[in-house]
Parts: sequence; structure tokens; C-alpha cells
Amino acid sequence: MKKSLKERLAILSDAAKYDASCASSGTVRRSSAGSGGLGSTEGSGICHAYAPDGRCISLLKILMTNFCIYDCAYCINRSSSNVERARFSVEEVIWLTLEFYRRNYIEGLFLSSGIIRSSDHTMEEMVRIARELRTTHNFRGYIHLKSIPEASPHLIEEAGLYADRLSLNIELPTDAGIARYAPEKQPAGIRRSMGALRLKIEEMGDKTLQTKRTRRFAPAGQSTQMIVGADGANDATILGTSARLYGSYGLKRVYYSAFSPIPDSSKNLPLIKPPLMREHRLYQADWLYRFYGFNVGEITSTRADGMLDLDLDPKLAWALGHREQFPVDVNKAEREMLLRVPGLGTKTVKSILSSRRFTRLRLEDLKRLGVSLKKVQPFITVDGWTPHRLVDRPDLRAMFQPKPEQLSLL
Amino acid sequence: MYTVTLKGRGDLGEWRDAARAFLQGGVLPERIVWEAAGAAEGLFAAEPNHLPPPLPQIGPISVPPDFIKLAGAVICHSDPGRFSLLYRLLFRLMYQRRLLDMLADVDVVVARRMAKTVGRDYHKMTAFVRFKEIPLPQDSGGRRKFVAWFEPDHFIVERVAPFFQRRFNDMDWLIATPKGAASWDGETLRTTDEPARKPHLKDETEDLWRTYYASIFNPARLKVKAMTSEMPKKYWKNLPEAELIPGLIANAERSVLEMAAKAASEPLPFHHRLQEAAARAPAAPELPSGTLASLKEEARHCTRCDLHCMATQTVFGDGPEEATVMVVGEQPGDQEDLAGKPFVGPAGQMFNDVLREAGFDRRSLYVTNAVKHFKYEARGKRRIHQKPNMGEIQQCRWWLSREMELVKPKLVVAMGATAYFALTGEKQKLSDVRSKPMPMEGGRTLYVTVHPSYLLRLPDGEQKAAELLRFTRDIESVQSLARSFV
Repeated sequence: MKKSLKERLAILSDAAKYDASCASSGTVRRSSAGSGGLGSTEGSGICHAYAPDGRCISLLKILMTNFCIYDCAYCINRSSSNVERARFSVEEVIWLTLEFYRRNYIEGLFLSSGIIRSSDHTMEEMVRIARELRTTHNFRGYIHLKSIPEASPHLIEEAGLYADRLSLNIELPTDAGIARYAPEKQPAGIRRSMGALRLKIEEMGDKTLQTKRTRRFAPAGQSTQMIVGADGANDATILGTSARLYGSYGLKRVYYSAFSPIPDSSKNLPLIKPPLMREHRLYQADWLYRFYGFNVGEITSTRADGMLDLDLDPKLAWALGHREQFPVDVNKAEREMLLRVPGLGTKTVKSILSSRRFTRLRLEDLKRLGVSLKKVQPFITVDGWTPHRLVDRPDLRAMFQPKPEQLSLL
Repeated sequence: MYTVTLKGRGDLGEWRDAARAFLQGGVLPERIVWEAAGAAEGLFAAEPNHLPPPLPQIGPISVPPDFIKLAGAVICHSDPGRFSLLYRLLFRLMYQRRLLDMLADVDVVVARRMAKTVGRDYHKMTAFVRFKEIPLPQDSGGRRKFVAWFEPDHFIVERVAPFFQRRFNDMDWLIATPKGAASWDGETLRTTDEPARKPHLKDETEDLWRTYYASIFNPARLKVKAMTSEMPKKYWKNLPEAELIPGLIANAERSVLEMAAKAASEPLPFHHRLQEAAARAPAAPELPSGTLASLKEEARHCTRCDLHCMATQTVFGDGPEEATVMVVGEQPGDQEDLAGKPFVGPAGQMFNDVLREAGFDRRSLYVTNAVKHFKYEARGKRRIHQKPNMGEIQQCRWWLSREMELVKPKLVVAMGATAYFALTGEKQKLSDVRSKPMPMEGGRTLYVTVHPSYLLRLPDGEQKAAELLRFTRDIESVQSLARSFV
């Protein structure tokens, strides 16, 4: 018997939840005010709900189908898994997107799919959904399409005309890992597709000769995802791969997804609690790399095994390993050095630079700027405060380390 | 002492009128008591405010645009102190024009914090309003109608209403709140600050939404605090999905344990059929061996050194198989790596320009590199070129030799020291070997010049012009040498 729409929605959203991305930000401003139709995007995205896993729900994140001809060990939808299978028609995906959107449940659609028949066939159906949403239904909300590796360039090109963001998952940080766990996927092919996408985005971003205008093509760029903890790669390897992906393909984001045990899991994989703290530290390190001027080598230099410290955030860990660079004089230091002080974020540093043109800063001023004094005090001097020998204290690390707690079994 | 009573429902105009009068009357901030009219008193009961007469010596007042922006947000806050805070800021701005940039100033900090709170309330309203559809008779053909109930903390309805207009243009909607209401009918956006009543409606689509909410939740990653910090409980009563939360949390651990306890089952038959089909699938037809095409295909899968894991693809040589001249560069760069073709980036453009000037057809040349993968260091959003090391050059020489055997060029042009080393195995100062034909193995002639990227790195000026001329002369020499070989 055919499953009801509700049953299929349950299956196909359950199958989509291992994709971490839910961002709906960074695209162009669009509005339905002038043109009629439905939907708008305003730069920053909106999280319309949060699930008890702490993740935001911004988009209707579903698979078109969870049938898949690939057999990637870490994936709930791999062909050897015994999960229930289902598929949506093109019309059903469109209907769900529009009805959810009208009720203000979502910012738009994040559509992915298992690969049925061929890469091109699957990609064609996904592009059709995006095209009909945009042209037939005048939908101006956010669309994120997961590109299918090895799909023809003309399909990717068409997808970029309708979608805000395109993404391709690299899945695992090393080629060897991909060969082992996703035997049908070609890491070189994924890189080639990302490269082609970057060239296309840049080409469309150039002003045309006739109209002198740039054309719209995946305005929110491309992103990717790496699974953490399924293979043996250490954090240095993972972050090195991210840095290469950011540098090579102009990615907007690399998402890290702690490997989460999946139903009917392959025997080759760890059946453990997902390493959430490790995932969190990787995101922090990723931020240090992108916004704080750290390079990957510095971030991962604190431990010999190339792993990030789970107890301390990577910036604090770096500072404790480089005490000779502290204390930093908040009233004098350059932006680059202020950014390296544990407890000072990019916004605070901006505020400090702006305020100190008018006045010499004291601890109270920092407090009013929202700084946690406990965290920064050992690392800074301001008017009326010097840490004396605090930076040299042998137990400095212990001051920041979380109290030991009893671990639950699961 | 003055006492002034404002309606206080997020309208900047009424405050501005009073504040302007006080400022022009030269009234100090501490001499004014600002009050908000209570909801019970109504607005009609309030007596007209007694304002001071303007002092002649105080001229027209101007404030920085930033202040208007900040005040527009702060006035929406429900804190009774907002009016006097804004007046104090306004007063101080008269003699501290850059006050708002002093981000550690107490008044500025408080005002900015209030604006931020209002911003957050605004944002949460755009996120957590849930429309329910009002059923219309079938085939009524008109616009669909939706209603929502929301409880904001501050007086933001008028501020947020345009957002909903931009977003939900093709449907009629009404958002009712205890602090006012907004509606849209396709033509007019209406707002009021009168408290509205909560509508009671059922919408069946909510059931699908709850299904989605429950299924997208991953019980193995339970993080309740992360959820409540972004979706505080105060919003839950108006969110249709929130009723599921306690159950999802309570069952999370059990469902994960159940999942773990289940041993992996045997795959279904379709998996085996797929695997068999994949095994039977014909391999890509093999190219005739000993051709440039088969060599190129082979090189695509090269793993002789580690560079292949970092680069996008092998960038193999390009040009006619029977070319008289083979040009060897160092290694592909950023653009070449993405496009898969040699000399298409900035250095390639420079090379093309010089060839064009010399009247030399690039299509007659076989152009390749000593190393076929791009070596770089990732730095932020860019890739910084790194010189290939001896090991990498030596590993890649295998390909260069095969290319040489197949193309059989009479003249080989080495551009740069890396190419020279790859071709001869010798390290030489480029200036010692440059611009003169030399014999090389296989009866070929070797000609050495600089790599065009060297010219790109020179600062504009005399030296660059001179070097460019010298490089152009080299290319012209190559051209006449090539002619002599035909």
C-alpha cells in the first residue's frame, strides 16, 4: 500500500537530518512586495524553530527519495541498509514547501536526494522542483540544492540559476577514507565539481559586456560537509582539508557533522555517542582560521597527536601554549593581537578599537562591552590592571578547565 | 520639575516632539519625569503635557543620523526608563557629538543593549509567528486568508509589519498581539497599537509540521539547553510543534539505546542486484595505448606523489601531438587547477599576449608543465603558490619524458629554473643558460627563458618593461628557431 504523505514526510525528513547545514543566510535581498508572489530573503536567515538537539530549523530539509544506488557505510540511506524507503513526487515537494512557507514555519527548501537510476536523472528532478518553485509559483524564499556528484555541467548550471546555494559533500577528510567508506564516490570528481562551480560563480559574478550587470548564480555560494569521527582522521587533518577547500573553491562554509549512530548501522563503523564536543571544537577552530587570523598549524600545535583539546577552546589552548606573547595591552595592541586574546571576539575587538580613540580603557569599560573579565584578566593589561605573574602560574590551565564530572554510560 | 506622559507604544514621534520642546527650552535631563500612560487610564484621560517655552538663544537642533536609528529601536522597548535615557543621550549629544561612538559609556551601553533586545524581539517575531489558514468556501477564487497570534515583549508590531508584507504578498494576513495588530490585504498594510484578542483556529497542516519537527530531531544529539536558549519556553505556548518537546526529550535516550541494540540486518535483495549490476558494468573503453590521449587518461589517476590529494586535478599538457615546439613551465596555478588546462591563468594570459605580439600561433605549440599538480598553501580564501620540491619534480619527470617520447619535439623551451631542472637534471643560474639554443639528448634543441609569472611579479616600471621586451625577444628567437626546424 502506498504510504501517506505524512508517513513519507517522516521517512524523508528522518533521512535528511544527518546533513548539518540549515543556513538560509548570505544570499541577495529579495522581496515579494513589488512583484507579487510569495517569499523574501533579507541577508541574514531566520531560524524558525529549534529541535531538542539544539539545532535550528530554518529550511524544510528533506530528501526527494531515500532510495540510493550507492553504498556509503556512514549513510543511513546506503543501498545495503534496511531502512524504510519512500519518495516524493515533484509536486508534493513543491506543495509542502509552499504550504510550510505560508505558515511561516520555514525560510525555504533544502533539497537533497538519494541517487536513483543515474546522477543526471536525480539532478534533473531536483532542478525541476527549483525551477517550478521559482517560475510557476513565483517563490522568492531560499532554496538550497545538494548537487549530485558527477551530474552533467548543464544541470548544475541550471540549478545555480534557481538555487541560492549549491553544496556537494566531501564527506570524509581524506581520499583514503572516502575510498574505504564510500567506494562509489570519487574524491577527485567531487573536487573537480567544486572547482567548476567556483569558476561558474566567478564567471557569472563578472559584469557582462552587453548589460554591464552581474548575473544571478547561486548567490549564497557553495558549501560542503565533513563527517567527524567515522574514520580515524585527526583534527589537524580535518582542518587542513577545510583550509584547502576554503582556499581552493571559495566555499562559504564547511560543516562538521559528528558521526551519529544510524539505524541499521554498518558493522564497519563505531556505534558510539556522537563526539559533539569534538565537533564544537572544530567549529571554533574553523572560526579562528576564517576570522581571527590563525593558521591551521598554529591551532593544532598545542597537542602532539594533532587533536584539539576537548577541555579548552582552541584559542585559550593556544594562548596557554604561547604565554610569552601575553599580557596584551588592550589600550595599545594591534587588532591582530587583540584577536588572539582569549575572551575577546571580533565584535568586542571592533568596539575596543573604536572606544580607545576617545578614552583609555579600564576593566569596567571592558565589562560594559560584554567581556567576561574572569577569562581575559590573566591575558591583558588595561589602565588599573596588570596580571602580575598570573600568566606564569603553573595552574593557569586548571583555572579554566571544567570540573571533572561523572560520565553517564551513554 | 516637569512631568510628561507619553502613550509609549513604540511611537518615536510623540517622544521627539516633547524632547525637542524641552531641549529648546533648555531643560536639564534631571528636571523631567517621563511617564508612560497605563493601559487602564486610556489615552483620552491624559491631560495635554505642559511643555516649556523655547529659549530664543537655542537655535534649531540637529542630531547624528545614528541617534535617530538608535532611538527608533530604544523607544520600542517596554522599559519605563527609555524616555529619560533617550533624553539624556540627546542632551549630552549637544556637547559630545561623538558620544555614540564611545561604546563603553554607561548611557550608550544601556541604550545599545535596549536596542539589541528590541532587535532580538523583532527577530523572534519574524521567526515564531505561526499563521493558521482561515478556511474559505471552495472555489471562492479569492486570496487565501491567514491569521496568527504572537506575544512580543516590546512594542514592535509596527516595526515588524513591513517584514511580513515583503514576505507574504500574495495572501491576506492578520497578526494579532497584546501590543497591537498588523494586517495586509494585498493593497494596504494596516497597523494599530490597540491590544488584540487571541483568535482560535485549527489548521490541519500543523500536523504535517509536527511530523517534520519530530523526524528532523536527532535523539543521539540531545542538547536541551542549546534549544531553550534560542527558543525560550515563553514562546512555546504559541508554537504548534512545542507540545512535542517533552516527549521527544523523554524518549531520546531510549530510542538511541534501541538503535544501538539492534544488530545490523542483512541487506535486501535490491542491494545485491545493484552490486551485481555494478560489477557487470562495462569498464570505460580502453584508449589505444601509446597515444597522448591514453597517457593523459593514465595521468589523471597519478598518485606518484602526495600532491594529488591536495590539488583538484592533474593538469596535463595540451597541444598537437606532432608539435615541433614543446613549451615546459613549472606547475599549474590556481586557475589551471580549476580548469584542468595549462597556462590559462594570469601567467598564461601574459604568455598569450607575448605570443600574439610575436605573431606566434599558440595552437601550434605543445604546452605542458614540469609538475602536473598544483602545489600551494591555503591561506584564508586564497591559495599561495609553493615551489615544487626535488622529489616532486623527479616523480613527475616520468610523465614529462613520456610526453617527450610521444610528441617528439625538435625544440624544447624551458620557462624558468624548475623546467630547466626537470629537463636536464641540472641546477643552473638561469642567466647562464638563458637565450641560447643548446643541444639536448635525442638530438633536440633546448632553449631556456624565464617563466612569464616572473614578469607578473615585477613592479610596474622600467625594469618590467625591459624584462618584458627581453622575454618577447626570446619568444621571437624561439619562433625563428622553430621555422628552421620545419
